[in-house]
Amino acid sequence: MCDTCGCNITPGNAHLADGKTVEVLENLLHENDHVAAHNREHFARHGVLAVNLMSSPGSGKTSLLEATIEALGGELKMAVVEGDLETENDAERIRARGVPAVQITTGQACHLDAHMVHDALHDMDLDGIDVLFIENVGNLVCPASFDLGHHANVTLLSVTEGDDKPAKYPVMFRAADLVVLSKSDFLDMIDDFDPAKAERHVRELANEAPVFSLSVRRPETLAPWLEWLHGSVKSLRAGESATPKVQPEGGLAHAHAHGHTHG
Amino acid sequence: MRQVERIAAENDAHAVSRVVLKVGPLSGVEPDLLKHAFTIARAGTVAHDARLEVQEGALRVLCRRCGAGGEAVVNRLLCPNCGGWQVDVTEGEELLLLSLDLET
Repeated sequence: MCDTCGCNITPGNAHLADGKTVEVLENLLHENDHVAAHNREHFARHGVLAVNLMSSPGSGKTSLLEATIEALGGELKMAVVEGDLETENDAERIRARGVPAVQITTGQACHLDAHMVHDALHDMDLDGIDVLFIENVGNLVCPASFDLGHHANVTLLSVTEGDDKPAKYPVMFRAADLVVLSKSDFLDMIDDFDPAKAERHVRELANEAPVFSLSVRRPETLAPWLEWLHGSVKSLRAGESATPKVQPEGGLAHAHAHGHTHG
Repeated sequence: MRQVERIAAENDAHAVSRVVLKVGPLSGVEPDLLKHAFTIARAGTVAHDARLEVQEGALRVLCRRCGAGGEAVVNRLLCPNCGGWQVDVTEGEELLLLSLDLET
């Protein structure tokens, strides 16, 4: 190759003549995941199960939390981080039931991320808490992609939303560790929602997550959900590792060295 | 962009000419929207003249029941051989910054 007339530089590699290609192989959500790892350590230090609750707006996330507070009657100590674009309404509903709640108002952001949760945790005392619920922004698209440092994803789908939603929102329903079909009392009045179909669509996402139907107006239907909560807290404290199904890297190596210590 | 700026700084580069991403079908990211957003996000940064290349990749599964592997569709992650849903996704969920072409 000639170094004087530049004949080794062709249109195809001209852009590299004064430069280099750096192979990175880094997850684009790497910075979020870094903060998520801090959050996860924080939860581990306090022995707290952190659950990310997701669904469309109006599927019944806050109502489920209210019913859970009522049904548990203190068997498990709860705390809640609420996420909405505006208002403190949901945090106020939780606090009205005697459970500590911090509200994140995102303004324009359509999902919670690890930084927002990290900041909210500054205002929360996790001593003695068994379960921290993070009620995400009502949205079946974006929240599923962001690791908040939590242990499990619970996705709600109300029976008035259509049993094919898991097929329409594959990323969200594939990320679910538990799918809750809410407002099941409406099944008495409608004939176009088949829980078995919704479950089949979840299975077709290669997801073995349990699918429960429940209604907060029928407390007896809450039993499998409460059992799942108790079981998950036990497993976590028994040292079984728990990370939610979020953004796995599909087998490519994550080449990243931490050059700093964590305080 | 923060990652791009960090890596450019680590390598003493004054400009980035190309950013290569791999965005899988199950990543939760829409490549066209990302390309539009990039033209705005790169403004005023070390990558302000950079070309964005997005590799879209395949969606591949490996069956835990029969061992077969093959392509699948985002909402039908089933074994191409036995039709079972007990599969692992081996390619398709990536959201990766693959490489940067830097000018030093």
